[in-house]
Amino acid sequence: MTAFLPLLARRLGFYLLAAFAALTLNFFVPRMMPGDPASAIFARFQGKLEPAALDAMSAAFGISDDPLHVQYAEYLLNTAKGELGTSLTYFPAPVTEVIGTGLLWTVVLAGTALVLAFTLGSAIGAWAAWRRGGLLDRTAPPLLAFIGAFPYFWLAMVAVWGLGFQLGWFPVRHAYSPEVSPGWSLEFIASAVQHAILPAGTMIVASLGGWLLTMRNTMVGVLDTDAIRYAQARGLSPRRILWHYAVRNAMLPSLTSFGMALGFVLSGALLTEIVFGYPGQGYLLLQAVRGQDYPLLQGLFLTISFAVLAANFAVDLLTLLLDPRTRR
Amino acid sequence: MKVLWQHRQARVGLILLLVMVVLVFVGPLFVGDPDAFVGRPLDPPSTAHWLGTTGQGQDVLAQTIVGGRTTLGLGMLVGLAVVAVGAFVGGLAGYLGGRVDDLLSFLINVFLVLPGLPLMVVLAAYLPAGPGSMAAVLILTGWAWNARVLRAQVASFRRRDFVEAAIVAGESPLRVLLVEILPNMASLLGGAVLGATTYAIGAQVGLEFLGLGDLGAVTWGTNLYWATNDSALLTGSWWTFVPTGTCVALTGLSLALINFGLDSLTNPALSADVGRGDPGPQPTPVRRST
Repeated sequence: MTAFLPLLARRLGFYLLAAFAALTLNFFVPRMMPGDPASAIFARFQGKLEPAALDAMSAAFGISDDPLHVQYAEYLLNTAKGELGTSLTYFPAPVTEVIGTGLLWTVVLAGTALVLAFTLGSAIGAWAAWRRGGLLDRTAPPLLAFIGAFPYFWLAMVAVWGLGFQLGWFPVRHAYSPEVSPGWSLEFIASAVQHAILPAGTMIVASLGGWLLTMRNTMVGVLDTDAIRYAQARGLSPRRILWHYAVRNAMLPSLTSFGMALGFVLSGALLTEIVFGYPGQGYLLLQAVRGQDYPLLQGLFLTISFAVLAANFAVDLLTLLLDPRTRR
Repeated sequence: MKVLWQHRQARVGLILLLVMVVLVFVGPLFVGDPDAFVGRPLDPPSTAHWLGTTGQGQDVLAQTIVGGRTTLGLGMLVGLAVVAVGAFVGGLAGYLGGRVDDLLSFLINVFLVLPGLPLMVVLAAYLPAGPGSMAAVLILTGWAWNARVLRAQVASFRRRDFVEAAIVAGESPLRVLLVEILPNMASLLGGAVLGATTYAIGAQVGLEFLGLGDLGAVTWGTNLYWATNDSALLTGSWWTFVPTGTCVALTGLSLALINFGLDSLTNPALSADVGRGDPGPQPTPVRRST
């Protein structure tokens, strides 16, 4: 326990610096690129808006004739205050508000898919290792590795075409039917669930293999340790050995990956949302790119980066707490 | 290479890769112009057009074969470049140690924790479309993973006797790194190139599918982009996207199989206990962001 706090401080320092790097990247990338976002914005709103409104907008976006370091300081200050500017595609909604609408959809869709894929994959992986060389162990890993070779979005396209259009089992676009109004009604929830099955299902199928193999390979190692042999020698029931001894010891790598995957929930569903027209963060990101909505693009990248950094920090913290070996 | 050939899965992978390479680099000589309008739009496969036509009335077979030339060619080049950059930065950090290592390791770790796909999308959105931009985006978002692995390896070699001897003999750091250390990591570098190529093909196809590449070019990614935009899914024209997707998958599969063979050859622990119908340890899938 002695070295815990200094280690924690070091990790925290790293993530704060990384967050600062993300902020800086977010500021300089648009300004260094050949395509000038400022002129794109002005070209778009020229003649449509009062000159005063244009000035206000460029101030909000941080475009001015000030020297770069002044702009940079202003940008940092605005971001610290949570002011990310005004969206152009959804004008005049502020960027934060637009991101807010997509956030819930993504978190629910990608979060559910992640939890299900993790649970299912780890369970199958543990079972495959337990019955090593059995039917499941021989068929599931190669099959999932084969599926994993296809580009994810292509699998999603095939699902839309086959299960959506050809068989008509599932709706293929958006997060809920246009006939129901959003709210906590039973009708709306049913519609939302129905719309989520196909996107979540494709995400689960595509990511199952990773969870399965992580768990299986760690389990194979754990099952070969003296702890398990001792438990067997004591005559404990196989079921008790499996769940209380083997699985518990093999969980750490999977849990670590799970924590990191949590951070990628905001960005991980990007292609899913685009194939299915699901109104989450990834869909917004593509809208921002297509509409040259640079404030929204920057805001989204920042939100996603911070989520990933926070999750990574949480995982580091948990690993430090759970695994004494990392504390040296 | 000969040992690799004796590994069953690696052999299947090598043959498959060879087939794909011949198909996309020699194949274009035998098919017509992929941009030519040769028939009615969305015609199903027939004797005239073996894989049917696209929503614009172009030949799908020609588009699939010619598209692979750009995708696979750029993918292989970027795969090499990604490892080269990774080996350079990682090698420098691992070799020099101290302050330089701290700084470069920090840089590597920052690039590792930044979300890859959104960063690619943001960069691709600002850069003008073209193969150069695509390569730049892929290298910038892909190098860090290799740099981390190679840094650790170089750092461990740095303390070996033969390296110390070379340094004492007065060889320059660059020479020690290139001539003494890197050749000892050949199989690791080979595996890294295979992995990086898989990444470069996948990410490239993904970005182009999002419409973030050069839409005027014929590539596997743009084939899929146009398939969705010409409402192939709605009309049930499976032939416009199944051939391209299958080609991407077969290429990825061949690289994974070769990598798996390379892995089990260089890591004896992996191939030690095969028996009782045990398929042995399975290849860990390449990290990817969906």
